[in-house]
Amino acid sequence: MPEKIISVRHLSKKFGSFQAIHDVSFSVYKGDVFGFLGPNGAGKSTSIRCLNSLIKPDSGTIEIFGESITTHRESILGRVGSIIEKPDFYKYLSAYRNLEIFSRISGKPSSKQEIYKMLDFVGLGGREKDKFAGFSHGMKQRLGIAQTLLHNPDLIILDEPTTGLDPQGIIDIRNLILRLKNEQNKTVLLSSHNLAEIELICNRMVIINKGRSMVEGKVSELMNGENLILRLEASPLSQTKNVLLSWKPNLLWENVGDTALQFPIEKSEIPLLTKFLVDQKIEIYSLEAKRTLEDYFIKIINQ
Amino acid sequence: MILFNSLYNEIIKIALKPRSYLGLAAITVLVCVIQFALKADGMSIISFVTSSFEQTLSFEGNVLNGNLVAFIILQMLLVQIPLLVALVTGDLVSGEAAMGTIRMLATKPISRIQLLLSKFIAGGIYTLVVILWMGVMSVVVGKLLFGTGDMMVLNSDGLVILQEADVNWRYLGGFAVAFLALFTVSSLSICLSCFTDNSIGPIVATMSIILLFTIIGTLDVRVFDPIKPYLFTTHMAAWRSFFEDPLPLSAIWRSIAVLVAHNVVLISVSLYTFHHKDIQS
Repeated sequence: MPEKIISVRHLSKKFGSFQAIHDVSFSVYKGDVFGFLGPNGAGKSTSIRCLNSLIKPDSGTIEIFGESITTHRESILGRVGSIIEKPDFYKYLSAYRNLEIFSRISGKPSSKQEIYKMLDFVGLGGREKDKFAGFSHGMKQRLGIAQTLLHNPDLIILDEPTTGLDPQGIIDIRNLILRLKNEQNKTVLLSSHNLAEIELICNRMVIINKGRSMVEGKVSELMNGENLILRLEASPLSQTKNVLLSWKPNLLWENVGDTALQFPIEKSEIPLLTKFLVDQKIEIYSLEAKRTLEDYFIKIINQ
Repeated sequence: MILFNSLYNEIIKIALKPRSYLGLAAITVLVCVIQFALKADGMSIISFVTSSFEQTLSFEGNVLNGNLVAFIILQMLLVQIPLLVALVTGDLVSGEAAMGTIRMLATKPISRIQLLLSKFIAGGIYTLVVILWMGVMSVVVGKLLFGTGDMMVLNSDGLVILQEADVNWRYLGGFAVAFLALFTVSSLSICLSCFTDNSIGPIVATMSIILLFTIIGTLDVRVFDPIKPYLFTTHMAAWRSFFEDPLPLSAIWRSIAVLVAHNVVLISVSLYTFHHKDIQS
């Protein structure tokens, strides 16, 4: 088992009479890109603020790098880089000056060259002296990422990092996260309500809803349970539909373009169906069985 | 070390924020206007004040000199300066909360106590700069424009004449106590700033408190008498004591003690509040 980087146990926090989170527990291991998934208002940001000691939980424990955030706050935060909700910087200062300010209290102050290099790394090369007030949303996010990475943290916490970005910006951030994991073996906790994003880049995840952690595990395992969606590409398609109806008269499918269908199926039925289709002389080009995160997510939050 | 880094950050932020120069610009303009007015028509004002003494005293030499001009300016402006200080210091915590940067700062490996202490010290340095600028503009420029000489001060006990050589140290002491009074205003505004995420609220609240305490201090109502000696506003004009002869040392020390006590309480309350605060901005 890899080293446990974050261990959250039975975390609860109330604001007045509003229970923001209740009994949230999850673990993040070294090298994970850990998805923190939940609808708006589920308690993601409150949990992340507790991880960064911005909010003091009413009960529960948080251990990061094996130490309690309550007793070892400064030593832990020196190894963590975070963006919470959105990157906010001093509007009247330049990109360089903003990074310099946060670097100075990060525990590992960076040189001018290192700051310029980091700005270049996130695609803000040449904009060092521009005021933050004049930055687009995408540039602000990039500056936020630069601030997060500047002191070379072991754990990176990103709260909705792609919100409001254009498609290219989203792809850039996703690639950056994957590079951090693959090339530098960083541990990333990624909070999002974007299911595709979690599905694409996370290896483990937790779903939280109404302040409670609902399910936690490997994304691949959670999405490959017994109830699956089968995408079948076969020919001829009209004959395939008849064969499917003869196999299961009440089967409902959805057309996927002109050459494929998708329908719900139980995992144990897949070998039987495959054999049945072959016996009926149906040419199978592809079979893809998966549980979509969207289906899974909706099922979990409706529990 | 991280406290010094944070203090350096705070000084940089104050130095690069345009609002910080409003106070210095206002002092410059106000002092210049008063000096111009005194230069143009100052003697008639002085004659009006001294007319009641002219039957018993004769005034020789440069009565309207830099020492007197500086005293007049300080008396007129030290009431307005708290607003200029609060404009910057009242924003130090709540302004960052409104901007969202306090959230970013609080995720760094610096304790909240150190973070807030650096703001208090930076607020103190800004207050010191304001006071020094006030001193340069009123005393130094005043002496350059009006020359120097013995200083004539009219206070509640009557007319006090101070020798020219006896004035500079009094200004030094006066400015030191004025700094302490303004630092109390700075501490009050930072303290209020810890309770809100609204940038303007602490500035307005600080001025309201100063106004309220000043009114209480000037009202001749018995019920307020027991608390008057403990209001910091009562001691904001303690700098004037340095221009009395003999020097009322016990009154000066009492003022210093009250102002220091206010600072200790305000800073302690701020540190406790900020340390235990949930940062939700």
